[in-house]
Amino acid sequence: MSEPSQNGDQNRTGLRLQRLLRLSAILVLFVALAAFGVTALLVNIFERKQEARNPFFRVVELTDETEDPAIWGKNFPMQYDLYTRTVDMQRTRYGGSEAIPRTPTSDDPRTVVAQSRLELDPRLKTMWAGYAFAIDFREERGHAYMLEDQMFTARQQKPQVGACIHCHASVYIPYKKLGNGDLIRGFELMNPMPYAEARKYVEHPVACIDCHDPETMQLRITRPGFLEGIKVAKAAEGIPNYDVNKMATRQEMRAFVCGQCHVEYYFKGEEKRLTYPWFNGYKADDVLAYYDSIGFEDWTHADTGAPMLKAQHPEFETWNQGIHSRAGVACADCHMPYVRSGAMKISDHHVRSPLLNINNACQTCHKVSEDELKARAENIQAKTMEMRDHSMGALVELIGAIQEAQSAGVPAERLDEARQAQRRASFLIDWVEAENSTGFHASQETARLMFISMDHIRKGQIALAGRSEQAASVMQ
Amino acid sequence: MRRRSIVFAVVLLSALAGIGMGVGSYTFIYAKGFSYMSNDAIICANCHIMKNHFDAWAKGSHHAVAVCNDCHTPHSLIPKYFVKGLNGFNHSLAFTTGHFHEPIQATAFNHRVAEANCRYCHEDIVHQIDVGGGREPQDCIRCHRYVGHWE
Repeated sequence: MSEPSQNGDQNRTGLRLQRLLRLSAILVLFVALAAFGVTALLVNIFERKQEARNPFFRVVELTDETEDPAIWGKNFPMQYDLYTRTVDMQRTRYGGSEAIPRTPTSDDPRTVVAQSRLELDPRLKTMWAGYAFAIDFREERGHAYMLEDQMFTARQQKPQVGACIHCHASVYIPYKKLGNGDLIRGFELMNPMPYAEARKYVEHPVACIDCHDPETMQLRITRPGFLEGIKVAKAAEGIPNYDVNKMATRQEMRAFVCGQCHVEYYFKGEEKRLTYPWFNGYKADDVLAYYDSIGFEDWTHADTGAPMLKAQHPEFETWNQGIHSRAGVACADCHMPYVRSGAMKISDHHVRSPLLNINNACQTCHKVSEDELKARAENIQAKTMEMRDHSMGALVELIGAIQEAQSAGVPAERLDEARQAQRRASFLIDWVEAENSTGFHASQETARLMFISMDHIRKGQIALAGRSEQAASVMQ
Repeated sequence: MRRRSIVFAVVLLSALAGIGMGVGSYTFIYAKGFSYMSNDAIICANCHIMKNHFDAWAKGSHHAVAVCNDCHTPHSLIPKYFVKGLNGFNHSLAFTTGHFHEPIQATAFNHRVAEANCRYCHEDIVHQIDVGGGREPQDCIRCHRYVGHWE
C-alpha cells in the first residue's frame, strides 16, 4: 500500500526538481543576458572615458625635409585618413566632379576623368578660341588628382611651363633642393623650365608640409607666389613690408594657406615668374586695370585678333569680397570644418564642397535645416548661372559681330575698340566662370562683374556701329 | 536529496544575484550614477560629448545665474525629474550607440522647455512684447542664441 504513495512522492519530487532546474536555467539565461548587457555598457563607458584623454603619440620625427604625407600620417592618423579621402568624386548641383569613365590612350592613361565643361557649354570654345583651354577644360577633381590631371590634360598639346607646377604639386622641398636651400631661387629656376622637365622634380600632390610647420604644426605660407602676392596686395592697402608668416593672425592663416593657390595669376616676363596681380587690389576690375596698365595678354583671339586675358580660379579674391569673409569666416571654416573624432575635434582634412557636408560646414553657425541651407546656396548659384548665361551669350554675339565687321571693312580703330571691349568683358565673365563657387563666395560682387561685362559688350557693339562717342558719354 | 537540491538552488541564485548586483553597482559607480541626482553643471559633461557646451557655458553670460538644469529642465519637482529621466535615457542611448545628428540639435520638446525657462526668470520684462495674436509665440533663442552657450 505504501509503495504507490512512495512512488507518487518520488514522482512529485522528481517533477519539482525538474521544474526547479528549468526555472534555474531560465534564470541563469536571463541574468547572463543582463550581465552581458551591463558588462557591454561598462566597457562602452570605459572606452568613452579613454576617448576623452588626448591620444596624441609622436611616433616619428618630422623635419622641414619630410615630404611624404604618409610619414606625417603616422603622427596624425585621423587627419591623414581624412586627407586621403579627397579622391572621392561627387558632384553638387553646379560643380564638383563625378567619375566619368574613359578609355586610356598612350598619351593619357586615366580611366576616369571629370565632366568636360566644353561639352556642357560649347560657347566656351568660342570665348577661348586660339587658346589651350578651348582644347580641354573639365570640372575640377579633388586635391588628390591635381598633379595627375595637370599632366594628362589635352592642354599639354600646347607647350606649358614649370611655373604651372607651383600649385599642382608639393613644391616646398623640391624648390629648396633646386635652389640649394633657397626657396625663392628654386622657384625662379623652375618657373621657365619646360613642364616635362620641371615635373621630374616633384613627387606628391599638395602635402602636409605645404601648409604646416613640421615642428609646431602651425599654419605657414610656403608658396613664393603668395608670399610675394600678399606683400603687394598689403602694400596697396597701405601696409608696407608685409611678412605673412610673421604678421598674419591664426584665423587669417586659415584662409591664406588656401589662397596660396586658389587665386588669379599670370606669368611675368621671359623668366615666366608666377605673379599674383594684386597691385591695385583683389577685385576683378582692379586686376583688369593692372593688366591693362602693363599691356599684358595671355593670347590673341583666333577669330577676332583681340588681345585676350584668361582668368583662373579666383576663389580667394572672390571670397574676399563676400559676406562670409566680412564676418571673419575663413576658407577652412566651411571647407575643412571641425569634425568630432572620439572626444577630440579636428579640422576635416577631406577638403570638399560644403554642400556635401552641410551639417558640419553650415549648421555650426546657421541653426536651420540642411534642406533650407542647401536651398539658400543654390538660390545664389542659380541666379549666378542665369547672369553668366546672359553675359556669355552677349559675348559670343560680340565676337560674331567683330568677325563680320572685319570682313565688312570697318575702320581699324573702331575694330580695336570693339576688341578691347571683348578682352575686358571676356575676362570678367571668365572670372565668374572659373571661380569655383558659382557666385556663392560673393553673390553681389559676382553680379556686379556680370553687369560691368554687359556694359563692355554694349560699348563694343556701339563702337562697331560707329557711335563710340555716344557710348563713352553713356558710360561716364 | 531534496535538501541538497534546495541548498544548491539557493546558492546558485544568491551567486547569480550577487554577481548581477556587483557588476551592476560597479558600472553604476564607474559611470558616476549618483552624480546625476545633483544640480552641478559639471555633471552634464560627465560624457565628453557635452564638454564643448560646458566650456561655452562657463564663458557665457548666464553662467553666474543659471546652471544647466535651470534652463534645460522644468522648475517643479516631478516635471523636472521626468525631463531629466527622459533626456538622460535618450542622451545615454545616443552616446552609447553613436547615432545622433552633428552638430547636436535640441528637439522641439527640449526647445519648449528652455523657452519656458527663459520666461520663468524674464517674464516681468518680456510680457509686454509677447503678444502673439494667435500666431506662433515669440522665440527668445532666435535672437538671443548665445546667452547660454555659443556651442
